[in-house]
Amino acid sequence: MKISGKVVVYNHDNISTDQIIPGPYAYIKDMKEMAEHCLEGADRTLRERFRTVGNILVAGSNFGCGSSREYAVIVLKESGVQAVVIKSAARIWYRNSVNLGLPVIFCKTLPDTIREGEEIEIDLASGTIRETATGMIHKGEAPSEFVMNMYKEGGIKPLMRKRVLGELPDR
Amino acid sequence: MAMHAVHKIMAAAAGKEQVRPGEIITAKIDLVGINDVYQIVMQSFQEMLGEKVWDPGKVYIFLDHNAPASDLKVAQAHKIFREFAQEQGCHLVDINEGIGHNLLPEWGLARPGSMIAITDSHTPIHGAYGAFAAGLGATDIAAVLIDGSTWLKVPEVVNIRLNGKLQKNVMAKDAALYVLGQLGTEFGTYKVIEFSGPVVEDMSMEERTVLTVMATEMGAKTTYIKPDKTTIDDVKNHTNAPFVVHETDPDFVYETEYEFDLTNLKPQVAIPHSVDNARNVEDVAGIPINQVFIGSCTGGKLTDIAAAAEFLDGKKIPPSMRLVVTMATKQIVKESIEKGYYQILLDAGATITSPGCGACSGLLGGIIAGQERCVSTANRNFPGRMGGSLEAEVYLASPLTAAQTAVSGKLTCPGQTGLEE
Ligand code: SF4
Repeated sequence: MKISGKVVVYNHDNISTDQIIPGPYAYIKDMKEMAEHCLEGADRTLRERFRTVGNILVAGSNFGCGSSREYAVIVLKESGVQAVVIKSAARIWYRNSVNLGLPVIFCKTLPDTIREGEEIEIDLASGTIRETATGMIHKGEAPSEFVMNMYKEGGIKPLMRKRVLGELPDR
Repeated sequence: MAMHAVHKIMAAAAGKEQVRPGEIITAKIDLVGINDVYQIVMQSFQEMLGEKVWDPGKVYIFLDHNAPASDLKVAQAHKIFREFAQEQGCHLVDINEGIGHNLLPEWGLARPGSMIAITDSHTPIHGAYGAFAAGLGATDIAAVLIDGSTWLKVPEVVNIRLNGKLQKNVMAKDAALYVLGQLGTEFGTYKVIEFSGPVVEDMSMEERTVLTVMATEMGAKTTYIKPDKTTIDDVKNHTNAPFVVHETDPDFVYETEYEFDLTNLKPQVAIPHSVDNARNVEDVAGIPINQVFIGSCTGGKLTDIAAAAEFLDGKKIPPSMRLVVTMATKQIVKESIEKGYYQILLDAGATITSPGCGACSGLLGGIIAGQERCVSTANRNFPGRMGGSLEAEVYLASPLTAAQTAVSGKLTCPGQTGLEE
């Protein structure tokens, strides 16, 4: 699986789910409407940049710390984010991204060097990222087999549907 | 292979003899919780073609984060939850009861050996009772509702040994903030954080849960405190249900071990905007504060209310200060009334809101404005946490520090009220 696109860079650490989607918005039922507040607690321009600049988010370490709200993955997807490259993630946010099929690559080097708007190509299976302009290669962490499988299935929802329909064995 | 008690709990839940760190297992869950922020659970459940919850007796819906409903959207969400609970026959814990995390031990549902999964990041709190307890996302939980299972990666275990003895005016919250200050917010990511040592053994169950709930801010997947007499007595006081205490093998090797001597520990405060910005309160004392919040699953338990009330007895907060108190559960409200704490707090000038999460999650009952500062006994001080203003500042501290700050109107170290004058 390969994903390419231009990056939106917000290279800060400890971006909490409260910043990705502030608590009071969690009761909005329509996800499109909720996504209008995507990353509002960090930088209000980011959401617009996903439209005008690029669809790969690059950020720092411990991304998605704090509350378990899955909305913190959904609003990124709803804002058009196709993949996320970060130094590290908080556990529940990462787990939610896997379950919802949003590809995440952990890479220590790229966030510090890449510039907003540059194009990259991610090879998910190997965890490598290539900067299109310079050809520079960044070695990220390859997702586990389990996680790759989840990406291929499109997340836990299609998987569970297959189980319910008897197309897959019970767990 | 030597196993940790948590690994044994996971192995039992997966129907296996043994499990190894890094391995992915499918585990059976004993208790599933859903809180009122996540109506999306029910939507995901339907999208995954779920019809009947696999075992409604094991499912608890907690209307605790925004209780009673603060606006129309929340009221609609609560309505949907009530209908779902009714239709499925699962437990509805309505707006009058309090915070799910504190209700589980009151109801004897946090027990050694049990597997607990809740749509809430502070679920690791129940490791204080020797349970495996992890927070899961909403869709994850919806999948559990279908077949009672979930995928789990078997975590490594780190041990935090707390030696020495806490001095007067130093509470479990200070110990937790100190550990965060020393080790940061990431050292426990994906891991089990075990707390051990004389300081922990000395603590009541309520105090132990302060350590385990704060472990969420250390990144923990779950936590563990070896069940001892204090644990067993507490659990048996609340339930007759059987439970299994697994023992860690004597030759088990922790991934990392940390040791701290807390005998000289002074009261701590985490200054904005990160939980690991810990300082001695005395080093930053004197900062003017607009509001003190005593509440949450971390700092709204009976011991916290008692500590605050004992100090506030006969005192009054100044007109420049607001003191918002939100007790964690209905039971705590009742006991506070019986013991006279409720009256003391009211007389001191407190605003007491209905039990639940209240201002902790910034949804209702004590939201702070931009450019305001709040000293809080809760567990997070991220930007925007207490209502959305990025210019608001939250300082995390113990209930004692909070109570003393409420009286002096500025951040104050317990035992040093007025010292900075
Ligand atoms: S009190 Fe705060 S931390 Fe605890 S469950 Fe409620 S919102 Fe979460």
